[in-house]
Amino acid sequence: MSDVIIQGPNVAHTHSAHGEHHGHEHHEQHFISKWIFSMDHKVIGKQFLITGIFWAVVGALMSVFFRLQLGFPDETFPIMEKFLGEWAKGGKLSAEFYYALVTMHGTILVFFVLTAGLSGTFANLLIPLQVGARDMASPFMNMLSYWFFFLASVVMFISLFVQTGPASGGWTTYPPLSALKEASMGSGLGMDLWLISMALFVVSSLLGGLNYISTILNMRTKGMTMTRMPLTIWALLFTAVLGVLSFPVLFSGFVLLIFDRNFGTSFYLSEIFIAGKALPHIGGSAILYQHLFWFLGHPEVYIIMLPGMGMASEVLSCHSRKPIFGYFAMIISLIGITVLAFLVWAHHMFVTGMSPFLGSIFVLLTLLIAVPSAVKVFNWLTTMWKGNIKFTVPMMFAIGFVSLFISGGLTGLFLGNSALDIHLHDTYFVVAHFHIVMGVSAFFGMFAGIYHWFPKMFGRFMNNTLGYIHFFLTFAGAYLIFWPMHYEGIAGMPRRYYDYTAWESFNQFESLNAFISIAAIIVFFAQLLFVVNFFVSIFRGRKCLVQNPWGSPSLEWTTPINPGHGNWEGEIPTVYRWPYDYKDDGHGNDFIPQTTPLREGEESH
Amino acid sequence: MSGFISIFLTCLVFFIIYQIAKASELAGILRGEEKTKAQTNRLMAWLLVVFFLLGLYGIWLCHDYLIDKMLPVSASDHGVQYDSMFNITLLVTGIVFFITQAALFWFAFRYQASENRKATFLAHNNKLEVIWTTIPAIAMALLVIVGLRNWGKMTSEAPKDAMVVEIVGKQFNWIIRYPGKDGVLGKKDFRMTNDADNVLGQDWKDKNNHDDVVLQNGELHLVKGKPVKLIIGSRDVIHDVGLAHFRMKMDAVPGIITTMWFTPTVSTNEMKEITGNPDFVYEISCDQMCGKGHYAMRGTVIVHTEAEFNAWMRMQQPYYAGDKATETTAPAQPEQKTDSVNAITMK
Repeated sequence: MSDVIIQGPNVAHTHSAHGEHHGHEHHEQHFISKWIFSMDHKVIGKQFLITGIFWAVVGALMSVFFRLQLGFPDETFPIMEKFLGEWAKGGKLSAEFYYALVTMHGTILVFFVLTAGLSGTFANLLIPLQVGARDMASPFMNMLSYWFFFLASVVMFISLFVQTGPASGGWTTYPPLSALKEASMGSGLGMDLWLISMALFVVSSLLGGLNYISTILNMRTKGMTMTRMPLTIWALLFTAVLGVLSFPVLFSGFVLLIFDRNFGTSFYLSEIFIAGKALPHIGGSAILYQHLFWFLGHPEVYIIMLPGMGMASEVLSCHSRKPIFGYFAMIISLIGITVLAFLVWAHHMFVTGMSPFLGSIFVLLTLLIAVPSAVKVFNWLTTMWKGNIKFTVPMMFAIGFVSLFISGGLTGLFLGNSALDIHLHDTYFVVAHFHIVMGVSAFFGMFAGIYHWFPKMFGRFMNNTLGYIHFFLTFAGAYLIFWPMHYEGIAGMPRRYYDYTAWESFNQFESLNAFISIAAIIVFFAQLLFVVNFFVSIFRGRKCLVQNPWGSPSLEWTTPINPGHGNWEGEIPTVYRWPYDYKDDGHGNDFIPQTTPLREGEESH
Repeated sequence: MSGFISIFLTCLVFFIIYQIAKASELAGILRGEEKTKAQTNRLMAWLLVVFFLLGLYGIWLCHDYLIDKMLPVSASDHGVQYDSMFNITLLVTGIVFFITQAALFWFAFRYQASENRKATFLAHNNKLEVIWTTIPAIAMALLVIVGLRNWGKMTSEAPKDAMVVEIVGKQFNWIIRYPGKDGVLGKKDFRMTNDADNVLGQDWKDKNNHDDVVLQNGELHLVKGKPVKLIIGSRDVIHDVGLAHFRMKMDAVPGIITTMWFTPTVSTNEMKEITGNPDFVYEISCDQMCGKGHYAMRGTVIVHTEAEFNAWMRMQQPYYAGDKATETTAPAQPEQKTDSVNAITMK
């Protein structure tokens, strides 16, 4: 193995001494150290992405199964028995497994796809490339971060196959339901595995997050001041800060739950009579868990949203050929969102019987988040205004991101206002709200990022036509699925129901549910189109022949088309200007790279 | 078999789409990359506009189709406030929605790339940014004021003359307890619970329990025009008393007592007329995931006139089965339990 695996910017000197030697070095790397236990941030990013795609397919397939049940409660689907066996005897999903699927769908999509798969991928890929570092602050910890995630994935995957089924108390796993084996089948071994997997996940997330923060703060190249960083980096920085400060609280909540489940403590349990007997637990509070959970749970929403916001900013600006509007306002609003994210968690708990006064404070702080969010939306719109917009596939997804963010964000004003939440809480209105804003919208941010940086990752392009088909099917599908759900929620239809046919108040939506299910299944297949496009393009995609295919001023496009470990051959470039200089460079180009020194008389931004 | 055929067909469709996509890419390159790019750009700009217009039409269609399926008029006074506040919020967000979405799609179309266009270098404009920070802030302040006023009313203390009813969730139904003639709910201790003759764990030594009426059929009987205060509890896991027609909801948490009060304003019979549905019934839905039977945890509310309610109440028997119950459970219970058991006893 090579002794020149570059560990940090201080090694740049060593590197230049070795000259071209570097380029060959890594071809000789062993397959295992190059692709499996890799310490190259780009490879780790790809590992996160591909694991994330695997989980996304699994999680989405689960939603197809339970949408079949919701849309067609009276029919049977023998094909489901092939997949699920005992759990779908005769092609009819059992209630227990329905709840298990709902729970796993949430857990997988929120944590494994939109946290690890999203910030794991892009923080790893973009941070060193865009701040001008050879790798992360600690490539070894970075590698551990992926492998802890991998372990978490393995444990979670195993939990799908245990006899009593995986966890089934909802992705929030509120005790006592999740704490008592008597309360639900899924609260047996499946729940223990869920907790172990999530604990490993927290470790992974902390290892990654600390690395991202220290890399951004300490390893920027010469001239790369904080205010010359692309907004992607700002967004990923705050994402990591959110995770580092809130995941430990979730972890503590999980540890207490493990104790309650296995060691007879009563942190969350009090005065319970179940399965014919009274339990000895007294004095605990089930609400305590909700506070601990949502102290992460709410920042988690922004952990999911911020990377998408950062990437959409970058993509909108680049493909509009115009600087991002209000760069500083964008940073300040990111700070505002990050701070407020820690102060609003109890808005998930308005109807738990909490003090109404406390509720009022959380209403105020929650609606305050609308201000920085609105600023961001207006700035994105103004970025497009008077631009010269190129509708590449990433640009389409970025536009879709903004549209969905507006739609999903506005419904938050209903739910954040406690007097309205008292009716809308735990109805389909909530399902519609968060699926649009932190589900589909975050996915659009992610897709924009994948299509945009695919040439950087693999030196090839993805197929455009498939990309456009993928975009329109997903964009239209998302609205067709989730827009009507608002109506169901306003009518009070509760979420997490296996069957509505016995309810006088909710069974009028039967045909609508069938419609939503069909749309969801079509959208699922549209995503497979993306998956095929992604994997085929890695090997067969049109080759990227230029260094900077999108004409972007930021630093990652100054690396070779297929950068080796260490990213730049020769010295790391020096940065002279901000990353949004979309102006005439005097040679017929409409942008000036960050590495171009300021011209005479030109003012830095 | 049909499963495999459909899988095969899906794969085939995929393969065809993929081949078309690949061919179109190649054709594009053959025709000249720049020209194809310009054409695609125009096409996409148009498609976005079409998408926006179809979207507006879809919103109208969706509304038209679903509006008849929504809830009837609110059956409680709190619900009336809820409805008006909902409409205010809908108006505010609706305006913002249409302005911003229209701007998004219009800008996309209007500023599509062309050879003659050059993007304007516009990095920031303090005046604009201050304006669009201030306007949302003011709008939010208004929504917060409206919201907190209603929230204060809904969560205020119940009126003194409110009737008190206890509702307890268990996997998977609701148990309802009326205080009986003395108007006082007797003390409870969860350790005295048994499914045979003491489903709520009432302490029979407390005389107040002796006239309490317990309904295990999940029927909550209320009086039109009379405020009701629900004392909400749970025997096992967290449940939630969801009263969609009254626009109210509150969790039932084991070990904690929550409350909620409102005044029913429309009787069940009146609602049958309003909705034109002779089978109409107010339902209590469990709105907090509570296990495999969550979706079937259904209770009903019957709103009577005062006279009807009194007549119904006279028919009910106290749950207390006599002295034998006291004898069987008493020895198991030491006289003094000073810990948090007291916390759940109530007067």
